[in-house]
Amino acid sequence: MSDLTRMSAAALAAALRGGDVSSVEVTRAHLDRIQAVDPQVHAFLHVDGDGALEQAAAADERRAGGEDGALLGVPIAVKDILVTRGMPTTCGSKILHGWVPPYDASVVTSLRAAGMPLLGKTNMDEFAMGSSTEHSAYGPTRNPWDLHRIPGGSGGGSSAAVTAFEAPLAIGTDTGGSIRQPGAVTGTVGVKPTYGGVSRYGLVALASSLDQAGPVARTVLDAALLHDVIAGHDLMDSTSIDVQWPSMAAAAQVSDVDGLRVGVVKELGGEGYQRGVRDRFDEAVRLLVGAGADVVEVSCPHFEYALAAYYLILPSEASSNLAKFDAMRYGLRVLPDDVAAPSAEQVMAATREAGLGDEVKRRIILGTFALSSGYYDAYYGQAQKVRTLISQDFAAAFEQVDVLMSPTAPTTAFKIGEKLDDPLAMYLNDIATIPANLAGVPGLSLPSGLADEDGLPTGVQILAPALEDARLYRVAAALEAMLHERWGGPLLDRAPELDAAA
Amino acid sequence: MAEPAASSGAGHAMTRDEVARLAQLARIDLSDAELDHLAPQLAVIIESVAVVSSVAADEVPGTSHPLPVRNVFRRDVVRPSLAPEEVLAGAPEVEQSRFSVPRILGEEA
Repeated sequence: MSDLTRMSAAALAAALRGGDVSSVEVTRAHLDRIQAVDPQVHAFLHVDGDGALEQAAAADERRAGGEDGALLGVPIAVKDILVTRGMPTTCGSKILHGWVPPYDASVVTSLRAAGMPLLGKTNMDEFAMGSSTEHSAYGPTRNPWDLHRIPGGSGGGSSAAVTAFEAPLAIGTDTGGSIRQPGAVTGTVGVKPTYGGVSRYGLVALASSLDQAGPVARTVLDAALLHDVIAGHDLMDSTSIDVQWPSMAAAAQVSDVDGLRVGVVKELGGEGYQRGVRDRFDEAVRLLVGAGADVVEVSCPHFEYALAAYYLILPSEASSNLAKFDAMRYGLRVLPDDVAAPSAEQVMAATREAGLGDEVKRRIILGTFALSSGYYDAYYGQAQKVRTLISQDFAAAFEQVDVLMSPTAPTTAFKIGEKLDDPLAMYLNDIATIPANLAGVPGLSLPSGLADEDGLPTGVQILAPALEDARLYRVAAALEAMLHERWGGPLLDRAPELDAAA
Repeated sequence: MAEPAASSGAGHAMTRDEVARLAQLARIDLSDAELDHLAPQLAVIIESVAVVSSVAADEVPGTSHPLPVRNVFRRDVVRPSLAPEEVLAGAPEVEQSRFSVPRILGEEA
């Protein structure tokens, strides 16, 4: 085994199955890699070396005992918004600094049951509010393609971890694009499953009607293998869908687009999208046509208003969900300076001032406004109607085509600091990914190449009707195979080597 | 940094006083500097999202959730739960196996 950290999760699983390598060796290799490069990348907020090696040894024992799970012994990194028993969970916020949850999220329970050692927790925008991971209270994560640029957000820690070969797989969460947009700007694969496909139990809620956890990986098949591990009905989440999901990994191995009807979304492209992003998207579409797909342009007229609706619905739900950070039962408690015997309310207000960052304050206040008496109908109520119109656009589009396509993000990775204090410019990064969250449909981002003008990764997004997640993998695997052939290998082969200074 | 001024043409102009009032409702103390910083940014955002009011007609029903939400029940049987010390482990202050909190009533009460 030359370099275990360069191998795909599928290849690692095969090597583990063949007895060529142990999970302890694989896990140790990734921990070493984290130690070598994470001081530059800062993908992790917490690394659990001892725990991961213990879990790896247990996975090796299970395999020796005759067990053969698809990813048994393959290590993984988890976004710090999923609670982990015995491991700190901060959501990138000072208000949860040092908090160690007493229970596991259902996704984490699934990972443990599958025998996947947990390497640690990945960095993120505070409470998943952001598109660059710069809003983490613990400092930004850097894009391994260019350490002066952002790795996307909110799940920039997870995308950077797989890009920098610190983990073969990671878990992300996607409320408006936080898995897919980081995938696009780092040249990796990210999938937002159908809403309800993966349990939200133990996922610290940002916007409950939009949040969805999903796979972060370097290949389509790896994402599919992970999707199979985390998907499924959970009694602990009342919005979890009770269906028998088909194997995503099997779908990723079908890889056939002959006769597939593909709709290019008219409203998600053109003006406002960087030249290189558009060029790589057009190339990907031509490859699909060459492989027998039937491509048409489809109009979804209300997508134009998705961003506005989203920035009313999300802050409204967030302002309510984050009310639980009240300084009483867990997390930070700060007493106001100038009050002798402060009330609970005064302590809560002082704690939230000290413990929450700018973007979180902005959105809580925005949500409080949208839900306040006198404005509710004009803002929140109207946004909910727009949400209906967007779902209707999807329904009409999926009567004509099997999948929809667009660029994942309008630009390549921008420089750290460039948009930090211009909230609206930051929000525009999610313009193509938000409609899927509003309608609950699944979406996948696949690397589409490098933009000519800056040499940075671009992504294409594939969207399917609700419950048709497997279709995403079938199409993405076919496109990935054609792109790899064109490039002569995976895109990440062209990423600069990180200086592994120890 | 350059901050765009709030437009008076939009449906609602977010003033500094309004932000202070909302922050109080949301239980977040904001310093004068923070109010100066956040108010114009919020004004721009609200002006931008106000476009929703012109899109949907009255007869369009609202969507609160991407899938139909239904009530979910489980069997009413005893099952394991967290021990009190686990629940209290992350609390800022604990007293006699309980969360210790500041006074919840006004001083005159």
